[in-house]
Amino acid sequence: MLRYANPARFMTLSGTLVPWLGGFALVALAAGVYLGFAAPPDYQQGDTVRVMFIHVPAAWTAMMAYGLMALASLIGLVQRHPLADVAAKSAAPLGALFTALGLITGSLWGRPMWGTWWVWDGRLTSFLLLLFLYLGYIALWNAIEDETRAARAAAILALVGAVNLPIIEFSVDWWTTLHQGESILRKGGPLIAAVYLWPLGLMALGYSLLFFTLWLLRIRTEIMTRRARSLMLAGEA
Amino acid sequence: MSGFWAMGDYGAYVWPAYGISAAGLLVAAVLVLHAHARAKAALARLGAKP
Amino acid sequence: MNPFFSLLLRDIQLAARAGGSAMLALAFFAAVATLVPLGVGADLRLLARIAGGVLWVAAMLAALLALDRLFQADFEDGSLDVIALGPSSLEQTSFAKIAAHWLTTGLPLTILSPLLAVLFGLPAQAIGALFISLLVGTPAVSAIGAIGAGLTLSIRRGGLILPLIVLPLLSPAVIFGAGTVLSALDGLRNGALPLLTAFSFAACVLSPFATAAAVRLNLGS
Repeated sequence: MLRYANPARFMTLSGTLVPWLGGFALVALAAGVYLGFAAPPDYQQGDTVRVMFIHVPAAWTAMMAYGLMALASLIGLVQRHPLADVAAKSAAPLGALFTALGLITGSLWGRPMWGTWWVWDGRLTSFLLLLFLYLGYIALWNAIEDETRAARAAAILALVGAVNLPIIEFSVDWWTTLHQGESILRKGGPLIAAVYLWPLGLMALGYSLLFFTLWLLRIRTEIMTRRARSLMLAGEA
Repeated sequence: MSGFWAMGDYGAYVWPAYGISAAGLLVAAVLVLHAHARAKAALARLGAKP
Repeated sequence: MNPFFSLLLRDIQLAARAGGSAMLALAFFAAVATLVPLGVGADLRLLARIAGGVLWVAAMLAALLALDRLFQADFEDGSLDVIALGPSSLEQTSFAKIAAHWLTTGLPLTILSPLLAVLFGLPAQAIGALFISLLVGTPAVSAIGAIGAGLTLSIRRGGLILPLIVLPLLSPAVIFGAGTVLSALDGLRNGALPLLTAFSFAACVLSPFATAAAVRLNLGS
């Protein structure tokens, strides 16, 4: 794995991977959407169950992105490898996007049930805090001028957030039992019927593959930008 | 067919959810691909291979 | 004198002077506690229900007010470099600063809280619960806030980014802190206080390491 940490090797590998990942992502998403609308309305939720197929995958991808960002941060701190820092930095805006999509679709999923645009559901509240963690991370990167310093500071923040995230989720869960009883946005009920599992799985796969595609592209872009910058500086010398 | 669009009276929630998700992902993809192409072009102009 | 205690005392003196962060925090706390009823209405039953949450949030924000200066003042005039080269480790220094911060903001806020709780019509046992929850929970605010202060110490207007970084991390404290008050109000045991204690303890133990790492990277480059 660390062989590919060499930027040149990474560029070659990612160059081959990206079209395939992107292609598979599109296929999975198309199939998922089709099956999602072909499935019958849910006994309890009616047609709003179809929002689950875009809410849950967005949420899962957002969480996965944070995990990857934290992992990259750890590697960056310990190994001092600039590729890891770039990887962490590149993941953040994507993670924030998926979190925002998770929040919006969650709100639209909950609204028909509760009649308000925002519901203080445990899952949504945790996502809102996750979004703030992402935004803080991005803001910290942007606020510190020195690249290396910014990378290390952001890495510490990502790791502190990663440690705190399960605690935040636990406390929010605890809080909903205090105030509301059962969480309303259960993933489609205690048992998900097979007819819903397929579109859900395909959409989750599609979202994840899309994330990886965009992530690799962003890392590639950063590597190329840095190379161009150093070439220009060398040219001026 | 109108039943499909109505989504059992929940159309006002289902379609915006899908619409916003699709729009968000599409815009992200376009921005990422565009930045990637620009960086590649910049490197090419400097005479280097990406 | 032991370097830890001399740093502690120096920071306490700096914060406790007139116009220092201690006064600022208390003033902010009192202001919010006065303004919220004005905004929300005089219904004491409603105020009693929201008191735990409002006072906890107000106390937390008050404690965060001067946090961006925790390391920045010393960083700017070079004394942080001197301290870093001194006999105490950065972890010990961080702990001293966290302790000084709590003693000059969290603790005074805790002591003032029963008075403000009266404004919200909280009954006696809920006031006691509020006091204990703040006593136990405000160290976590100082501890986690210090990590943010360390990370942002080299940023010019770091004070703007600090709340964004720190507040999500502190949400368990608000949840459990207000939950403690609610438990006393409703007469139900909900485990909020033990959870708050655990969270606070973990934060205080782990934070000096993260804070020291943050300060180190800012001093290093």
